[in-house]
Amino acid sequence: MGIVKTEDLVYEYIRRDEEGNVEGITRAVDEVNLDIRQGEFIAILGHNGSGKSTLAKHINAILNPTEGTVWVDGMDTGEADKVWEIRQTAGMVFQNPDNQIIGQVVEEDVGFGPENMGIPTKEIWERVEESLKAVGMYEYRRHSPNKLSGGQKQRVSIAGVLAMHPKCIVLDEPTAMLDPSGRREVIRAARALNDVEEVTIILITHYMEEIIYANRVFVMDNGKIAMEGTPREIFSQVEKLKELRLNVPQVTLLAYELKKRGIGLPDGILTTEELAEALERIRP
Amino acid sequence: MLRDITLGQYYQTESVIHRLDPRVKLGGTLLYIISLFFFHNFLGYGVAAIFLAVVIRLSHVPFRFMVKGMKAILFLLLITVGFNLFLTPGTVLVSFWKLTITKEGVRLAVTMAIRLAMLIIGSSIMTLTTTPNNLTDGMEKMMKPLKTFHVPVHEVAMMMSIALRFIPILLEETDKIMKAQIARGADFESGNLIKRARALVPLLVPLFISAFRRANDLAMAMEARCYRGGEGRTKMKPLIYHRRDKIGYLCILIYLALGFFIGRL
Amino acid sequence: MSIILDHVNYVYGDGSALEVKALDDICLQIPDGQFVGIIGHTGSGKSTLVQHMNGLLRASSGHIYFNGEDIYDKDYDLKKLRGKVGLVFQYPEHQLFEIDVFTDVCFGPKNLGLDKKETELRAFDALRKVGLPVELYYQSPFELSGGQKRRVAIAGVLAMKPEVLILDEPTAGLDPKGRDEILGQIKELQQETGLTILLVSHSMEDVAEYVDRIIVMNRGSVLFDGLPKEVFSRYKELEAVGLAAPQVTYILHELKARGMDVDVNATTIGEAAESIQKALKSV
Repeated sequence: MGIVKTEDLVYEYIRRDEEGNVEGITRAVDEVNLDIRQGEFIAILGHNGSGKSTLAKHINAILNPTEGTVWVDGMDTGEADKVWEIRQTAGMVFQNPDNQIIGQVVEEDVGFGPENMGIPTKEIWERVEESLKAVGMYEYRRHSPNKLSGGQKQRVSIAGVLAMHPKCIVLDEPTAMLDPSGRREVIRAARALNDVEEVTIILITHYMEEIIYANRVFVMDNGKIAMEGTPREIFSQVEKLKELRLNVPQVTLLAYELKKRGIGLPDGILTTEELAEALERIRP
Repeated sequence: MLRDITLGQYYQTESVIHRLDPRVKLGGTLLYIISLFFFHNFLGYGVAAIFLAVVIRLSHVPFRFMVKGMKAILFLLLITVGFNLFLTPGTVLVSFWKLTITKEGVRLAVTMAIRLAMLIIGSSIMTLTTTPNNLTDGMEKMMKPLKTFHVPVHEVAMMMSIALRFIPILLEETDKIMKAQIARGADFESGNLIKRARALVPLLVPLFISAFRRANDLAMAMEARCYRGGEGRTKMKPLIYHRRDKIGYLCILIYLALGFFIGRL
Repeated sequence: MSIILDHVNYVYGDGSALEVKALDDICLQIPDGQFVGIIGHTGSGKSTLVQHMNGLLRASSGHIYFNGEDIYDKDYDLKKLRGKVGLVFQYPEHQLFEIDVFTDVCFGPKNLGLDKKETELRAFDALRKVGLPVELYYQSPFELSGGQKRRVAIAGVLAMKPEVLILDEPTAGLDPKGRDEILGQIKELQQETGLTILLVSHSMEDVAEYVDRIIVMNRGSVLFDGLPKEVFSRYKELEAVGLAAPQVTYILHELKARGMDVDVNATTIGEAAESIQKALKSV
């Protein structure tokens, strides 16, 4: 079994009217089956309201399935006595950088998780140091989080999770509120953790350029997994992505546009170099 | 406008005062405030002022920065002074229209102004030099005996610490929503009291919604990081008394002794 | 008529060690009916700049003229200016407060002192222009989706019938389709009504297709100001300040470097495809 596995996962919200009567049921996650191996870099794509964030919250046992099962490192998230161990194994970084930093000083925030776990003081300091170094925020350890940029705040949040020594980190739209340079910072930090520390990364996003580095991509729509494959396989289906309210990077879109005009290019071009080389080959 | 409020904010720099144990600062501030109400003469306030000046000097927080924080409560200060000045009975000094100023009134107003100013500066030194986490740690530890009476000491401390962290964020948010509504023609400044109070609705509703959303997000983020109350929690920065803290307590005692000796002559 | 900024400076934290020069000697002219993109990364001064244009912030020095009048004149009516220069803030859905969508949109025109009939007419018109389905008009704004809420908030400013509409990051947090929809709607609005539009963004790629002119802000001053293709041609300098031209620009430059005769000034996918196709045929 992989680090994260779901089997026929279903999650339903019950909508109630003002008197508390059931008005309807919304299926936010619908029969999702995932099996993610330790050390993978996974991207979950989907438009707003596709159910991707709801799915993510199951991995951290913040939500419990209505039907089906979620296992994290072999532990069933439905078992109440395993909750803390699960949250320690699969850490989570959220969208809004301001609403997840608890400490008033960067290092105190990073220490919050280990404190909750009851780690001895000396080891907390070691963990805080190594985590902040891993995301490149060590020199800011004494700063107030309010004075940091969005990208820096998110890196602090990642360090806060990392200090709990998780096997897997779920990033729930960590870049949605950032500017391009902040986005790059965060993705770079996540990739480094995956490469160097071999932490499993599950990145939830709707920015297409962030998923190029993923091993596997899942595209969600209406609570279901609508597409699954490598970034190249996903990007080669421009029409389908558009139907799912998503986009592709400009270079892929350009290649697609050229193909439509009868120029024989391969599917799923991801980088400028690939396009340039492909065009060079067909140039008479 | 709103970012000028410095009360309750932390000023980051290196100083002896910053390094002091929060319990020393908490206890010291409390004793200092109490002492201000025991002086019989202005010499006592002189001692208190000197003590305050030395502490400010040691804290490396620019005095200007503290005074800026005072501006926000200048209004409160003026009201207090006004009340005392005009409403204290005694020997009449001047009298015009319906107002009279008495000798006792002047004395009381001056005393009150001095007390309040020193009280505010004194307590702002504590918040300026102590991180909220540290401060609440100190309170938690000082109030630990209350735990036997089922007072949720840890929870209260955590709540205060979070409230303090979100003050600047919510102030910024208030500023932003206010501007957004002004851009839609809202007027927060003119009209009578009732009209002004009504004008606050477009500001307060979004602000409350945002605060609830933030609280919800934060609770989730805390749970995701394994927060489950004070049980079994360790501390990254446990409070341990050092030599400097003992010296700190000693200084406070010396001040108190001196103050009481001179101030109650 | 137009907005003119004449040597505008804005400094906050005056006199202290924390003094920041948020705007540094800005001189700009925004003629009527133009669609302008204001680009810069966080902290470049772009939001500060637009908040000057409707008098929310007051310049430390310099002058701002709207339709030929100095907005800092003693008897200039700033409230009226705010009706003429509509500003939609970042995440504008956070300012919604009324019990239903329609009442919320009425807030702006009501504040302008218009009568009930005119207010409601304007609110309807504004909601129609942002393309919100009619059945949502009497729902609570808090029950709508993120994209819908944003439309309501934009309508709330539009209902004041401004001559200039400024939008600060109108697409932040939306998914790609939502992004395209909002921007498309704004473009349509501009073509339909001839509004002057200022679009603040940190993404060149987002605005490239829509705007007539790009102003690049960096550290409180104007770095570049010109047609999109002129600005993008300086992509190396843009990179130096942490910005980037659209990917298309890079692709075309790469192809040119490899000896293909493409037009490096193309800014949209369509133009680029056209140019590559031509280059392939001409050989």
